[in-house]
Amino acid sequence: MAIDTRVSPAEPSTAPAAQPRLTGPRAPRRALTPRAARTRDVVLPIVVFVALIGVGYLIALYYDQVRGLPFLVPYPHLVLNAVLLDADFRPDLLEALGNTTLIAVIGLAIAIVIGVAWAVLMVQARWIESALFPYAVVLQCIPILALVPLIGSLFGYEMPSRIIVTVMFALFPMVSNTLFGLQSVDKGQRELFQLQGASRLTLLTKLRFPAALPSIFIGLRNSAGLSVIGAIVADQFFQRGDGGLGVLISVMNQRLNGAEMFAAIVVASVLGVVVFVAFGWLGRVATGKWFTAN
Amino acid sequence: MTTTATPRPSAPAPTTVGTLLDFRDVAMRFPNGTVALEGVDLTVDRGEFVTVVGPSGCGKSTLLRIASGLESASAGRAEVDTDRIGYVFQDATLLPWRNVRDNVELLAELNGASKADRRRAAAEAIDLVGLSGFETSLPKELSGGMKMRASLARSLTLDPELFLFDEPFGALDEITRERLNDELLRLFVEKSFAGLFITHSVSEAVYLSTRVIVMSGRPGGIVGEFDVPFPMPRDPDIRFTPEFAELVGEVSHALREGHR
Repeated sequence: MAIDTRVSPAEPSTAPAAQPRLTGPRAPRRALTPRAARTRDVVLPIVVFVALIGVGYLIALYYDQVRGLPFLVPYPHLVLNAVLLDADFRPDLLEALGNTTLIAVIGLAIAIVIGVAWAVLMVQARWIESALFPYAVVLQCIPILALVPLIGSLFGYEMPSRIIVTVMFALFPMVSNTLFGLQSVDKGQRELFQLQGASRLTLLTKLRFPAALPSIFIGLRNSAGLSVIGAIVADQFFQRGDGGLGVLISVMNQRLNGAEMFAAIVVASVLGVVVFVAFGWLGRVATGKWFTAN
Repeated sequence: MTTTATPRPSAPAPTTVGTLLDFRDVAMRFPNGTVALEGVDLTVDRGEFVTVVGPSGCGKSTLLRIASGLESASAGRAEVDTDRIGYVFQDATLLPWRNVRDNVELLAELNGASKADRRRAAAEAIDLVGLSGFETSLPKELSGGMKMRASLARSLTLDPELFLFDEPFGALDEITRERLNDELLRLFVEKSFAGLFITHSVSEAVYLSTRVIVMSGRPGGIVGEFDVPFPMPRDPDIRFTPEFAELVGEVSHALREGHR
C-alpha cells in the first residue's frame, strides 16, 4: 500500500502512523472477536478471584500452622460456610444486613432529597451558587470522625446518628453531579424555552431535569455505594440499638469468631457492590436510550 | 437580462402596514464595551425574504437576538409587529431524550396547546419538511440535515409570520445545504412568512432571498443592500445563470469593501 503523500500538513497525525511502515513490517496486534473479548472479560476476573482465594488459604495456613492463631484469619471455606450454611449465625447476619440496608436506604433517600434540592437552588441564580457551593465542598472535607462526639451527644448513639453520618457520606456526589447535570443544558436549548416565555419551573421540569438525568444517575450510583459505607462506618461509632453489619463485625472481632467476622465483611462488601451495580443498571435503563457517554 | 440589482441607500423607509420588522438606528453595546451593532436601519416587509451576509463577529446574530426579544438594543428603536416569530438556531437544539414528534410538539406544548392540537400541528409540520416516517426516531439517529429539518418543523408549528434563521445550514455539507435551501424556498412560497436569514455564504444569500443586506465588520453596520430580481418559486438551476453569478459577484465585492 502506498502512503498517500497528498495529506495536507494540517493533519500531522497521519505522519507518525506512517512511521512503522518505513522501519519494516511489525506483527499486527491480534484483534479479538467481540465474543472472544466478552469471554476474556469474564474469565480473567475469575482467574484473579481464584488466585486471591489461593492467597487467602496460604495466609490462613500461616496463621493456623505457624502462628497458632487460626481465628485471626480463617480458611476461606469456613467463611463461606458462615455466610451460607451456618444456621446458628444466619439470624444475626440477616438482621444486621437488614439494619444496615435500612440505614443506607433512609440515608440515601435523605441525601437524594437534600442533594437535588440544593443543586436546584444553586442553578436558579449565579449568586446563590456562589453562596452555597463552598459548603458542599466543606461538607466533603470535614473529617466525619471529628463530628462523632458532637453527633452522639446531640442525637444519641442509635439510629438517628447513624442516619446522619450516612447522609454526610452520601450527600456530596448527589449535590455535585446534579448541579453539573442541571448546568449542562445547551444555551440554544435554554433560549428556545425563553422565546416561548417558559417559566423557571417549566425550564426545570422539561429541560434542565431531563438533561441532568444521566449525571444525576452517576451521582446516585456513587452516593448509593457511599451510603452503604456510611451505614457500616456509623455502626462503629454508634453501637447502641439495633446494630448493623458494622456492629456485627466489631462484636465478632471481640469474640475472636474469625469466620463469622469475615462472613459479615464479605456480606457488607457484596451489599456495596450490588447497590453500585444496581444503580448503574438503573441509570442505563433510564437514560441509555438517548444518552451515549463517550 | 441586464443587471437589475441596484444598491439601495440604507435610508429608513416609511412604515407601512406590511412591515413586520422595523429597526431604526439600532445599536448594541455589551457591558464589556464591545460594540456589536451601530446605526442599523432595517425593515422586513410581509412577503420578503431578507438575507444578511457579513464577516464573522459582525453582529449578524445580535440582529436576530434583538428581533426575537432575546436581547434588547442598547440604543435606537427595534419594533417587531407580530407575536408569531419562528427562530431557527445555528444548531438544531433538539432535546436528545425526545423523539422527532415530541421535539416538534415542544413549542406548542410550552404555549399550552392541547394534546390533539399539537399532534395535528406536529404531523403537518413533519410532513412539510419531509420527515414522515421518522416521527419516533431519536435525534441521535438522525443525520445533520434531518436534525435541521426537525428543527424547522418545530418552528413551523408556530405558524410564524416572521421567521428568523441564524446560519441554520452553516454546519451542513454542500449537497444537503442546497437541498434544504430549495425546501426552505418551497416553504416560503407555500406558507408565505417573512424571513430574515443570517448566513456567511453569499450564494446562499442570493439564492434564498428577495433582498440581500451586506454588513461590515465590528462594529456591525449595513454597508450595502441588493434587490434580488429572480422570481419565486425559484428554479434551482438559476444558480448557474450569468445573472446569478453577477449578483453574487456584486455582493461579494460589497462584502469585501465593507471589510476593509
